[in-house]
Amino acid sequence: MLAKRIIPCLDVKDGRVVKGVNFVNLRDAGDPVELAAIYDREGADELVFLDISASVEGRATMIEVVRRTAGEITIPFTVGGGISSTDDMKRLLRAGADKIGINTAAIRNPDLIADGSRMFGAQCIVVAIDAKYNAEWGEWEVYTHGGRNPTGIKALEWAKEAERRGAGELLLTSMDADGTKDGFDLPLTKAVSSAVGIPVIASGGAGNARHFADAFAEGQADAALAASIFHYKEVTIREVKDALRTEGVNVR
Amino acid sequence: MIAIIDYGMGNLHSVSKAVERLGRQAVVTSSPEEILAADGAILPGVGAFGDAMSNLRETGLDAVTKRYAASGKPLLGICLGMQLLFDESEEHGKHEGLGLLPGRVVRFRGDYKVPHMGWNELTFERESPLFEGLAPGHVYFVHSYHALPERREDLLATTDYHRPVTAIVGRGSLYGMQFHPEKSGDLGMALLRNFVGLVPSGTSETL
Repeated sequence: MLAKRIIPCLDVKDGRVVKGVNFVNLRDAGDPVELAAIYDREGADELVFLDISASVEGRATMIEVVRRTAGEITIPFTVGGGISSTDDMKRLLRAGADKIGINTAAIRNPDLIADGSRMFGAQCIVVAIDAKYNAEWGEWEVYTHGGRNPTGIKALEWAKEAERRGAGELLLTSMDADGTKDGFDLPLTKAVSSAVGIPVIASGGAGNARHFADAFAEGQADAALAASIFHYKEVTIREVKDALRTEGVNVR
Repeated sequence: MIAIIDYGMGNLHSVSKAVERLGRQAVVTSSPEEILAADGAILPGVGAFGDAMSNLRETGLDAVTKRYAASGKPLLGICLGMQLLFDESEEHGKHEGLGLLPGRVVRFRGDYKVPHMGWNELTFERESPLFEGLAPGHVYFVHSYHALPERREDLLATTDYHRPVTAIVGRGSLYGMQFHPEKSGDLGMALLRNFVGLVPSGTSETL
C-alpha cells in the first residue's frame, strides 16, 4: 500500500536557507544541502526547496544548490519559486531536481503546465495553489505572488484545470491556516483532493503530529508539508511518523 | 566503467552521482563506442515513452542499447528506462519499445489517483542476485503507466497499488526497476549496489 508522505519545506534565498532553522550539530544553519541531508536521515519522504531569491544571480545560485543536493540525498526533491519557462524547468531538472513547482507563472500562462508536462512528464510538474476562503463566494480563491494578489479564480476550478492541463501533483497551501499552527485546512484539502485524480500535498497550519493524521484521514491528502515546526524541532519527522503509525496511517 | 545512456531524457545527474557514491565510475554518455565498451550500463528515463523512443531512434541509441544487451553485460533500465525494455506501450498512442523483454506497458485504470506517486513496499517474487542480503521495504515510485511482462519468470518484484504492479524485472543480465533506486533511500541504494556488484571492474578502472 502506498505510504502517506511527510515533506519538509526549506525557503532558500540566494543559495542560503532563510527563516529560522534550529538544529543542533549543524555546522552551518544556512546551508540548504546540509539541512536536506539531515531531513533525509530523519525520514523525510521528499523535500521542497522554495527559492525566494529576487535576483538573477540568486536563481543561478539555486542551480548549484540543486546540483549539490542531488549528489547528497537519496529522496526526491521539488524546486519551486520564480520558475516561468520550460527552459527554467530544464535547467533545474538537468541539475538533479525531481519535480518543478509552479505557481504564479502557471496562472499567468496556463500553457506552461501542458508544455512542462509534455516535455518532462506529468510527474515533474507540481502546480502550487495558494488558496484563501472567500466568504462572499462561499468557496476558496486562488492568490498569487506569495499570497499577495487575489486572482478572482476559484481554487477548485483551478485545481481541476491544472490537472486537465497535465499537472502531476498539486501543492495546496491554505493561506487561512498558514502560520496558525492550528492544523491543516481540512475542508479545503478534502474539497480539492476529492475533486481531482492526482495526488494533493496539504500545506499550511501544521502544529503537531495529530494535525498530520487529520490531513490524511479527514483531509484525504496524499502528502503533507510543513516548515517551521520541523525547523524549530517542535516535532521531528520521526515523531510525526510514529504518531501516524499508532493511528493506523501507512507511513514509510 | 558504468555508462549512463544519455538520450536527452531524464535525471542523469542523480543516477551517476548514486553510482559514484557506491564507489564505481560512471560516465553520462551518448557515444555508441563508450556505451558498447562499458562494463555495465544504465538506461534511465523520465518523460513520455514515445518521445523517449524517438530520441533513441534519432540518435541510433536504440540499436546500440540492443547490441549492448545482446553482449550479455549487465544493463539496468530505471523507471521509463525499464518500460522501454518491453515490446510496446500505450502511452499517448501505441509505441514500439526496444523489445528486449516480452510484454506491454499500459495505463493505470481505476477510480484512484494517478500517477502512482510516493513510497510503496516491495514484495520479492523470486530469488535474484539483486536481493542478496536484503529485506523488502519501501521505495519511491512515480509513474502513470505500468508494465505487464508476458513471462511470469521475468517478474522479480511487485508492489501493490490497487492491483499488483511490476516493480523489478530481470532476465539474464538484463534488469529493470520501475521505481527510482537513486531516490529510494537505503533500500534503493542497496538494490543499486547489488546491481553494480554484478558489473565487473573493467580495465578502465584498474589504473
